[in-house]
Amino acid sequence: MAFRLASSPYTHNRRSTGNIMLLVVLAALPGMAAQWYFFGVGFLIQVLLATATAWATEGAILRLRKTPVVPTLSDNSALLTALLLGISLPPLAPWWLVVLGTIFAIVIAKQLYGGLGQNPFNPAMVGYVVLLISFPVQMTSWLPPDSLQAIKPGLLDSLSMIFTHHTLAGETMQQLQLGVDGVSQATPLDTFKTGLRAGHSADQLLAEPIYSGVLAGLGWQWVNLGYLLGGVLLLAKNAIRWHIPVSFLVSLAFCATLGWVFSPESLNSPLIHLFSGATMLGAFFIATDPVTASTTNRGRLVYGALIGLLVWLIRSFGGYPDGVAFAVLLANICVPLIDYYTQPRVYGHRKD
Amino acid sequence: MLNLFNLFRKEKLWDFQGGIHPPEMKTQSNGTPLSQLPLPERFIIPLKQHIGHEGEICVSPGDKVLRGQPLTFGGGRMLPVHAPTSGTIEEIAPHMTAHPSGLSELCIFLRADGEDRWTTLHPQPDYRALTREETVKRIHDAGIAGLGGAGFPTATKLRGGLRGVKTLIINAAECEPYITADDRLMQDCATEVLEGCRILAWVLQAERVLIGVEDNKPEAIAALKQALGGDRELQIRVIPTKYPSGGAKQLTQILTGLEVPHGGRSTDIGVLMQNVGTAWAVKRAIVDGEPITERVVTLTGEALARPRNVWGRLGTPVSHLLQHAGFTPGSRQMVIMGGPLMGFTLPSLNVPLVKISNCILAPSASEMGNDQEEQSCIRCSACADACPAKLLPQQLFWYSQGGDHEKARAHNIDDCIECGACAYVCPSNIPLVQYYRQEKAELRAIDLEAKRTAEAKARFEARLARLEREKQAREMRHEQAKQRAARSDQGELDAAVARVKARQEKTPEQDAAEREARHAQALAQQAEKQAETQALSRQYGDPRKAAVEAAIARAKARKAGAPAAEIAPAEPEVDAPTAEVDPRKAAVEAAIARAKAKKANAAAQAVEPAPAEPTAVAPAAAVDPRKAAVEAAIARAKAKKAAAAAQAVEPAPAEPAAVTPVAAVDPRKAAVEAAIARAKAKKAAAAAQAVEPAPAEPEAVTPVAAVDPRKAAVEAAIARAKAKKAAAAVQAVEPAPAEPAAVTPVAAVDPRKAAVEAAIARAKAKKAAAAAQQTEATSSEVEAAASPDSADPRKAAIAAAVARAKARKAQQQPSNTED
Repeated sequence: MAFRLASSPYTHNRRSTGNIMLLVVLAALPGMAAQWYFFGVGFLIQVLLATATAWATEGAILRLRKTPVVPTLSDNSALLTALLLGISLPPLAPWWLVVLGTIFAIVIAKQLYGGLGQNPFNPAMVGYVVLLISFPVQMTSWLPPDSLQAIKPGLLDSLSMIFTHHTLAGETMQQLQLGVDGVSQATPLDTFKTGLRAGHSADQLLAEPIYSGVLAGLGWQWVNLGYLLGGVLLLAKNAIRWHIPVSFLVSLAFCATLGWVFSPESLNSPLIHLFSGATMLGAFFIATDPVTASTTNRGRLVYGALIGLLVWLIRSFGGYPDGVAFAVLLANICVPLIDYYTQPRVYGHRKD
Repeated sequence: MLNLFNLFRKEKLWDFQGGIHPPEMKTQSNGTPLSQLPLPERFIIPLKQHIGHEGEICVSPGDKVLRGQPLTFGGGRMLPVHAPTSGTIEEIAPHMTAHPSGLSELCIFLRADGEDRWTTLHPQPDYRALTREETVKRIHDAGIAGLGGAGFPTATKLRGGLRGVKTLIINAAECEPYITADDRLMQDCATEVLEGCRILAWVLQAERVLIGVEDNKPEAIAALKQALGGDRELQIRVIPTKYPSGGAKQLTQILTGLEVPHGGRSTDIGVLMQNVGTAWAVKRAIVDGEPITERVVTLTGEALARPRNVWGRLGTPVSHLLQHAGFTPGSRQMVIMGGPLMGFTLPSLNVPLVKISNCILAPSASEMGNDQEEQSCIRCSACADACPAKLLPQQLFWYSQGGDHEKARAHNIDDCIECGACAYVCPSNIPLVQYYRQEKAELRAIDLEAKRTAEAKARFEARLARLEREKQAREMRHEQAKQRAARSDQGELDAAVARVKARQEKTPEQDAAEREARHAQALAQQAEKQAETQALSRQYGDPRKAAVEAAIARAKARKAGAPAAEIAPAEPEVDAPTAEVDPRKAAVEAAIARAKAKKANAAAQAVEPAPAEPTAVAPAAAVDPRKAAVEAAIARAKAKKAAAAAQAVEPAPAEPAAVTPVAAVDPRKAAVEAAIARAKAKKAAAAAQAVEPAPAEPEAVTPVAAVDPRKAAVEAAIARAKAKKAAAAVQAVEPAPAEPAAVTPVAAVDPRKAAVEAAIARAKAKKAAAAAQQTEATSSEVEAAASPDSADPRKAAIAAAVARAKARKAQQQPSNTED
């Protein structure tokens, strides 16, 4: 009889890309839970919108490229991109914002380069940055945390807000943003930056209720802790390697400490940096995107450190309150150079 | 406590970066002890079961062989193969062998006779009585190659370490899943294995011996420890289970912490590694004298009903083994020779077992097989984490796909050991090892092409250099020729200049006289030419008259005061090497020119009065012309005879004959001229490579002393006779008695008449020779004898003697008509 011919190896460890991506999505759940608790269900609607758009867009592009649609979609990379974009946007942002951003991320930042594995820039971050630059108002309309909210929108209210720019009762975004004391609330980082520009002192700003959290900003600290937990889970499952998160966090902490020691009146403390904004999300979920990060272990350390430094610089001296997206994109450009200069020594060769 | 610490330090283990932990699947086959299977009826023995060239076959179909009898000669790195059982050689033909390509190789087919008798063995239980080289030679003659899977000739490897190694490592790791051959060998033949290790350690004079075993073989470790007893010479090192710790480079790093340098060998760091199965084979070869005829083979996989380890006789078809293991093929069945990570699929079960076959794996469809589609690489670096050689597989994959060969080489693709760990962990199911194999093949093809191009370039440059050299040599020769010509040109130029000067200096009378002399000379030459080439009756110019006129004109010119050089231009022309082609012309020219030149010179010395010259010349001219004509005719005849013979001896007789009549008039001078003429003839004859004139010439020279014309004539005649004899020896029949007969009347009566009669006799002889040529038997004989004379003078002399004898015999024939 004729026997099947194949090339070695004939066995496999049964891990697949789809499984890994799904694992990452699952690891984001603790952070998402915290986000739900403190900021309402809006973000979930964003995530769902983004996922639907992502699948539809990617399916359309794959059909144009004459590639099988379902097997490619089952690698869950579009799902992960949509998730990350969805949780990075303000929870009650208009529906067209997330749709536009997702389309841009999938079509231009990923498929135009050749699909999964070929893109040099992180798609979710490209989408986020495009939205941030194009629609600054909508992208900065963050809600205050639950305890500080004057109006607490429920599911239907959120849906109405997202699709019709008004709650069911007719309130606008500005009204929702008002805190219990009638002052428009923003994220801790945003508060600090705009307050400093307005001339307030750091101590004044840190006394604000938004900073009344144990570690850092109210609500935000829990979100970050949630993502930290998720990240540790990923490390344990060996879905990601420790090099990028550790080097990123260490670098950010180091720079923040140095800055804060020398100039506490204009720079935030390291704890606030570490647990505010998208720090933990970025460390474990965004910067570790394998396609766009460095591939050698030593290179990963350099890459993570670079991101940490850039995040601190943008947050402290740049124009935007949170610089994770920009930092990641800038580091993505440096990856080929980093890879070239951090090749490991091969067995049997001496270090030249 | 201190002891423990010491122990810990001595038995330190290192680790290599990377590696994977696939499921071991060893319990399928390592539970049962080694068993023997019934032998197949027909064995297929490939000639090449090792790395290197195949040996020369030393059996032929129809031979009866015994088990262990060598079937091929093996010298150098060629290993012999031995008959695995006793039987008859059926045929020697190509057959498919165990290789992923499924291509055929030359194999010896053996039909077993069922008796399985050993050939005469030469066991050597006390191996230390042998020298080390002798031991290595015995290992070579037993056909032992690396049984771990590489198949490198063991003897060659040992020879590389004969100067002594620090560490001998016995590789008993067997890291690949499913394979348990070494495991069972250690359990069932522990003492033999250890004895083999000791032999190897003794051959290599190893300072220490380490046996590396993975910790997933507890029974094997226990069996070894028990067999070892208290022997401290061999040390067992238990290493953690990881794939691929059994790789040579990786095991070296684990046990010694050293890395084998790139491009070097393990002996460079004082380490030599042998598989534990090879150690067992070495023991069998040295202590029991048995060449390798069987090895342990693992039969495993869920498609087999009775998976276990068996003693597989080399040359057994795989189908026979699987049949005895209860093989039930499923759909899309794969049969793998080797393990699941580094083995290869067999296209057919007809392939035979060879020295490096350690496992036959027949998995079920669900057990193995990665049917998932290949997706794009996400650069997750799981492969780089798993690579035991610390390569960057994802970059290698990128460059292989992109055809970027330089970058692939720069990333050390040649260091890939194709262990399969990277492809095992890849989440996108990319068959990385396949891409690397393709890339390596491409690189090999590129290197071969580059080598051929370099060789072609070198050849081309060598050719250019050679052409350059030849051109320069040619130019140098041209230069030299030009210089020679320039020198002679210079001479001619000087002569011409002198002529011009003389012309300018001389008086109109001189001028006229010289012009006349030149004109007469030209006429004389023309007449002589005609005299040679045409019959007497057809000549319109009288050569003698022309010669006379020329001589008179020359004398006048000399009297008028022209330098002698101008008037005797005939001489150099005679010197021209036409003697070979036309000896008679040379002879006549020489004789005439010399005679006349000498006379002219004697006249130019101004001893004799000017009018004496014409008178001296005139009587000479008066007497000579007739004689000159006769002699010219004679010379012609002789030359024709010489030309008819095998090239050339004969100007010699012609010339003395041509010269001697002159001697009748002026003996001394004639003799001198004869000598000179003879010398010229000798030159001509030497050019024609003959020997005969030699005897003629000395005798021809002696008449110079004689003043008496009669004596001179007699001596000339004798010389002529001798020369004639010599001529007769090479030619067709010549009537020798005719010549003395012709000669003697001359001596008695009158030299002139004698000459004439000699001429007539010669003419007759020529006629007789022409007649004798009709009797072809003799002529062909003599000519046949004559033809090979050119090369060897001795042979020529012998041939001449033979021909002379034959000629004498032929004289008795009736064809010899003389009157």
